[in-house]
Amino acid sequence: MTKRINKKSEPEPVQSAYWKPQSGLWYIAAVASVLIALAVDIFVPDSQFVNTLPYRVFLGIFIVTLIVLWIISIKVNALRKILYHQAQFIFAVGIVLAVWDLLSTKSNILQLPFFPGPAQIISVIFSERETLLISSFYSLRLFSIGLLLGTLLGISTGILIGWYRQWFYWLFPILKVIGIIPSIAWIPIAVVVFPNSFIAGLFLIVIASWFPVAFMVSVGIASTPKVYYEAARTLGANERFLLTHVAIPNAVPDIFTGLTTATGFSFLTLIVSEMIGAKAGLGWYINWAKTWSAYDKVYASIVIMAIVFSIILAVLNSTRNYVLRWKKGISK
Amino acid sequence: MSKQEILINISGVNRVYYDTTGRPTVALQDVDLDIKKGEFITFIGPSGCGKTTLLRLIAGLDTPQSGIVSIEGQPIEKPGHERGFVFQQAALFPWKTVAVNIAIGLKARNIYKQKSQNIQDYIDLIGLTGFEKAYPHEISGGMAQRVAIARALINEPKVLLLDEPLGALDAFTRIELQTTIRNIWEKTGTTIVLVTHDVDEAVFLSNRIAIMTARPGRISEVITVNLKPERDRNDDDFIILRRKVLEKLELAGKHWSSRLVDPLEQASISGVGEAI
Repeated sequence: MTKRINKKSEPEPVQSAYWKPQSGLWYIAAVASVLIALAVDIFVPDSQFVNTLPYRVFLGIFIVTLIVLWIISIKVNALRKILYHQAQFIFAVGIVLAVWDLLSTKSNILQLPFFPGPAQIISVIFSERETLLISSFYSLRLFSIGLLLGTLLGISTGILIGWYRQWFYWLFPILKVIGIIPSIAWIPIAVVVFPNSFIAGLFLIVIASWFPVAFMVSVGIASTPKVYYEAARTLGANERFLLTHVAIPNAVPDIFTGLTTATGFSFLTLIVSEMIGAKAGLGWYINWAKTWSAYDKVYASIVIMAIVFSIILAVLNSTRNYVLRWKKGISK
Repeated sequence: MSKQEILINISGVNRVYYDTTGRPTVALQDVDLDIKKGEFITFIGPSGCGKTTLLRLIAGLDTPQSGIVSIEGQPIEKPGHERGFVFQQAALFPWKTVAVNIAIGLKARNIYKQKSQNIQDYIDLIGLTGFEKAYPHEISGGMAQRVAIARALINEPKVLLLDEPLGALDAFTRIELQTTIRNIWEKTGTTIVLVTHDVDEAVFLSNRIAIMTARPGRISEVITVNLKPERDRNDDDFIILRRKVLEKLELAGKHWSSRLVDPLEQASISGVGEAI
């Protein structure tokens, strides 16, 4: 009895990634729902003053992309599986956009400036594209330099702490105490100590990313199975070889775990530090827009952040999958 | 074959372990043994008899409290590439491919450039041609153990130390690998020291079998295996010798029902059965 139930509830491993119904009907429904969102915007009269053209162009591109992808997927099996799997979600997105549009731009139930509709947000993204692009650039510059420095610092302190007991003795307690302080608590000090807001922000991001990386690397090195060292020593390895060819490779999965946490902390620190003292960047932009009660711009920069940060995480994730291809369960 | 050079000398070796409460366990007591160059010797005995400890002393992974373990007259103090070691769990580096795992000894000794052309020979020797680029998690336990053997052999060790290398494998793979090990020994002429609890394996592979007893761990007897090189497990001589080893280990003639079974243990066993 129990066996049969188990078998039913467990999906087949091959299909587990794309388990939604593999039927074209849901995909047609998905395209239709985006078409409905477009039709709602075109045919229902506006009750707010909004430039809806960018939103319509956006929906148009969305629909064309869906159709083009579907045509490609006729020949590419893997792509079709992904598309059909995502069809229900795309369908929901179309419906939500249509309802949101009706509630805001079309009926003024959700009122400006605090609750703009999708059309208003996309129109602001379009009209503010230059400022948003420059702000993103400044944010990315601060973020990447900070994360890079913090990661390098974290990897080196992590190796020292994990490998040498003197370093462990002196540095690990400091790491444990300093590391758990949220980096933004240092803002008042950073603003006073550092000559400009860029370096202050850099300091905060370095602090934010240093701790999780250093901690995970030291744990990864210290947890290397003893038998790996013994095997290497019977093969003629010296101490340096044990560190470079056994302990550090063993810590690489932990480096990525630490790096993922560090990236999240760094996003937070980046935006908060830009909101406080900076004169550029997405955090600064949000704060500036807020003082003008331009909430549509606030939403616009939030959308941009979501896109930029998702891309960064996706890049990090695929790098990790490539580097850790030797690990069971990570390779396809 | 008669008067062979002595490769490894073990004399008056004692090794005591202390647990966390300070209680001593005598792993080895007054152990003496000479291992000859080119021979295949097996340490066999019940768990706790110190056979693995003795092997680890030869490897230099452990040191005796008293007595001396030496190779060609040199006392052994730490591990070295001239004493290859194969662990029960293959202990391959999971982040390296089969070929790179095999080459690691060359890299560790900084002779990779001169000797890298040998790698393929060892892959072929252990029968893993075609799996050069596989990662350890992609190969079976038997294949992993083959890689571990090749990894030790590439250093051309004076002695190959095998610590229950086939203990974790299924019966079919085990027999297959026993033949491989025997072939490797014949082809390379390396001295091999094997630790096992499998009497069949000991008789099939070795020239000599050192019988060990537990508490305190010591060698009670060394049996010379006078079988022809091509061994058959169903040969009368083979069976007679196996019986002799079993008798020395005091395991022969025991019927399962003659064993005393602790009622508590029995209860826990049946309990496990129900849980499944």
